[in-house]
Amino acid sequence: MAVDLMESKTLKPDVETLVTEPQAQEVSITTRDLSLWYGDFQALEDVTLNIRKGIITSLIGPSGCGKTTLLRCFNRINERYGNVTTTGEIRILDKNILDPDVSTRQLRKSVGMVFQRPNPLPISIYDNVLFGSNIHAAHKGISRSARDQIVEEALREVDLWDAVKNRLKQRATWLTLEQQQKLCIARLLPLKPEIILMDEPCSALDAEGTEKIENLIERLREDFTIVVVTHNMAQARRASDECVFMLLGEIIEHRPTTDLFMTPENEKTEMYIQGRYG
Amino acid sequence: MANVNLNPNDGNNPFARTPQEIKRKRIELGAQFTFLMMTMALVIPMLWIMWDLAYRASDVLSYTYMVIGVGCVGLLIPYFLIEAAKRNEHKRKLFMGLAIAILAGISIWIVCITVFNMDNGGFDFLTLNPKKRMTAGGVWAPLIGTFLLVLLSLVISAPIGILAGVYLSEFANDNWFTRIINLAVVNLAGVPSIVHGLFGVGAFVYFMDMGRSLLAASSTVAVMTLPVIITSTKEALTSVPQSFRAACWNMGATKWQTIRTLVLPNSINGILTGVILQVARAAGETAPILFTGALYYKKIADTGFDSFVPYGLEDRFMALSYHLFTVATQVQDVPESFQFGTAVVLIGMVLMVNSISIGFRIYLRARKRW
Ligand SMILES: Nc1ncnc2c1ncn2[C@@H]1O[C@H](COP(=O)(O)OP(=O)(O)OP(=O)(O)O)[C@@H](O)[C@H]1O
Ligand SMILES: [Mg+2]
Repeated sequence: MAVDLMESKTLKPDVETLVTEPQAQEVSITTRDLSLWYGDFQALEDVTLNIRKGIITSLIGPSGCGKTTLLRCFNRINERYGNVTTTGEIRILDKNILDPDVSTRQLRKSVGMVFQRPNPLPISIYDNVLFGSNIHAAHKGISRSARDQIVEEALREVDLWDAVKNRLKQRATWLTLEQQQKLCIARLLPLKPEIILMDEPCSALDAEGTEKIENLIERLREDFTIVVVTHNMAQARRASDECVFMLLGEIIEHRPTTDLFMTPENEKTEMYIQGRYG
Repeated sequence: MANVNLNPNDGNNPFARTPQEIKRKRIELGAQFTFLMMTMALVIPMLWIMWDLAYRASDVLSYTYMVIGVGCVGLLIPYFLIEAAKRNEHKRKLFMGLAIAILAGISIWIVCITVFNMDNGGFDFLTLNPKKRMTAGGVWAPLIGTFLLVLLSLVISAPIGILAGVYLSEFANDNWFTRIINLAVVNLAGVPSIVHGLFGVGAFVYFMDMGRSLLAASSTVAVMTLPVIITSTKEALTSVPQSFRAACWNMGATKWQTIRTLVLPNSINGILTGVILQVARAAGETAPILFTGALYYKKIADTGFDSFVPYGLEDRFMALSYHLFTVATQVQDVPESFQFGTAVVLIGMVLMVNSISIGFRIYLRARKRW
């Protein structure tokens, strides 16, 4: 009897690790029956989705299918864009973020967003990186040495430190587009986010810039859950672990990237990957 | 299908001008000439009027012209010299020396003629109060009156207008209520000033019991300038790219944090332009102050502190625009140069404020980049 118990205790975790890595099974964002209306136009329809922790999920689909809208739901920024109604449930860190007792300020701190067009603020590089910390800091602010350290760490993490360390006080809008996009990622890091949402982060960049940003995203996956919207099928294939295909506000297919591209289950997915939709 | 020949030249030059092209070119030249003429039709009369005014006022203002003229030249030349010195390493010392010499020379010169040449009139027209039924003295009392009026009305209208503009453009939801307010603001900007004047009499003089006073007149002028300040504030805020706001919001900034740290610093330029342009209107309008506080003549202290703050909030006051009306039409035997002088001082005041605002804008634009 006693031996039996012992065995089952030691065995159980072993079995799980054999099947899949338990780390990767953890879910970071869950949506249940999420619908969203802009006025009376329904942009999302009963979206039910599990986005797993610590991997890169890409979101593909033709223009206007609601990729950006879905992304914006995850930090509730949609509310700032006019007349929006949301129903359903979005769970992040096991909390429904649509609950009335959720502070959007704290939510957006842990769910950062990177945009299609790099949008560094028209202030210095240094202040850009610190912007998030400053708006969330208690009213006394942060000490000078702590600030320097935050800036250096964030910029090192995105591989920008060596390029800009001598001109931290320069306006961020003078950087190249690729550097600007890196800065836009760097300025999220001091807030220690759980999730980073990226809305076509490379579409304003050239091939070389795209590659560098992709490598960066690849490196960041260890620490954050990353959701990337992309129009570029090759990029989705290259740089993501799981892939979600959307059409007209609905999720059509959500599977590991290689499976989705090799053996699409839905014929609409197949048509899209073969380039027969816009 | 007929083969349309797009290139009728069959010579060697494949890029030769076609007849249609020559015709179009002629039409374009004609249009350009017409536009030029229209511009001239605006500029020439304006220059001529300004010149005429300045010339006829020269009896009382010649000294002022001279000081301002020499002052401007005396500041501009050193300015360009200093700019040149910045660019030219070798002759830096020479340029800087020259600039300093010119500045010093002019200041000494101005001090000298001010001290030794007091008897030729000097700044009398600006610094003396009207005397002998406006036929002697100067325009100090109305000048300071207009100054106080403008200052007070801005103190009232700038905060209200700017904050209202911020609210309407950044916070207000797009519903019927906001739309009505926006419509009202746009339409109020077009209401004739005499109507504002009558409104002021009803609202401030009688209803709020301010009486005819500097305060009532300033409030009336403030109400008149509000719509434009609100509109220009809204426009300035809208010109800040939406993507900056998106960046802030997505890091969890509140709307007010976004406005304070990002939107206002980047639109202050346009907001100030709107405010400063209203200075010109506040200084120039006669109708709104006519019934609410301006006075035909008021005796004030000639010297000392009282001559700088001669009117309390409850007092009636003299103003340049009304004074111009008085000396031009209401009293006899006023020297012509007094009438034109008053006009020139009024215009000069407005021009000065405008040029300060232009300078300020250039300074701010040089700092702003995105
Ligand atoms: N603020 C808004 N108000 C009203 N309708 C909107 C708004 N934003 C988006 N829409 C509509 O919602 C639908 C989905 O838009 P969304 O921007 O999410 O698409 P998308 O998949 O990101 O497209 P793209 O690939 O072009 O970026 C579109 O039909 C769009 O017109
Ligand atoms: Mg989009």
